[in-house]
Amino acid sequence: MDLTLILFFVLAITAVATAVGLLVSRSAVYAALFLVLNFACVAVFYLILGAPFVAMAQVTVYAGAIMVLFLFVIMLLGAEKLPRAKVLPWQRPLAIAAAAVLLAEAGFLLFERARSSSLLALPGAEANTMDSLREMAMMLFNQYLLPFEVTSILLLVAMVGAIVLTKQVKGEAKS
Amino acid sequence: MIPLSYYLALSAILFTMGALGVLIRRNALIVFMSIELMLNAANLAFVAFARSFEQTTGQPVFTGQLFVFFVIAVAAAEVAVGLALIVAIFRTKHSIDVDQLSSLKG
Repeated sequence: MDLTLILFFVLAITAVATAVGLLVSRSAVYAALFLVLNFACVAVFYLILGAPFVAMAQVTVYAGAIMVLFLFVIMLLGAEKLPRAKVLPWQRPLAIAAAAVLLAEAGFLLFERARSSSLLALPGAEANTMDSLREMAMMLFNQYLLPFEVTSILLLVAMVGAIVLTKQVKGEAKS
Repeated sequence: MIPLSYYLALSAILFTMGALGVLIRRNALIVFMSIELMLNAANLAFVAFARSFEQTTGQPVFTGQLFVFFVIAVAAAEVAVGLALIVAIFRTKHSIDVDQLSSLKG
């Protein structure tokens, strides 16, 4: 058993355990912190897969910006002490059964294709140089320039939309 | 040397966890976090496939990584709008329990 496999399993177990923690934690704040740890694990997977730029984007955008926004809203709404709602008795077993079916389906497809599966080696040093980043940026700003610009418009629309949605309208602010 | 199928299996497990979270949790914020978990699992599969393709062709391929970059940008926009919606719903309903949001009229 070589070292990368051990690293993979430690990270995979951490990722799955934090996902389970997200599912079962009573407090929304704990759930958000579990999710931050999960994003960090996935960022390390991106590094192992030779995608350092995506790993850094994951840490700054997901674990940084998005989760801070989540925590901010949790604190703002006081949602961390949500009262225990009554659950439908059949809902949880049904959901778990549906999830098991989904997982079995994915596993079946995976083992059907297992023969064609390739071994992924650790990336060489060339994946972490400035050259690879430069090449990726050239591709982004030449071949994918239109999607990039559309993304910027999308972010602008989201920003305006968030402001419009949370704006207090005068007169109904006391409602 | 890690087989590609390990990454795909992990991605499938994380995706299922996210789907399960959407189904069983009642707190709208945690449902939203589960959606982020599913997006993340899909991204992991994307990068793993990109790495596999890169190894078969023998030269760096950045298309998969750029797609993940776009997915992250769209997810950021989605979170901004989604959280704004949750705040707006909380203002009118004074709750973010998804079971209580059964009527469209406030």
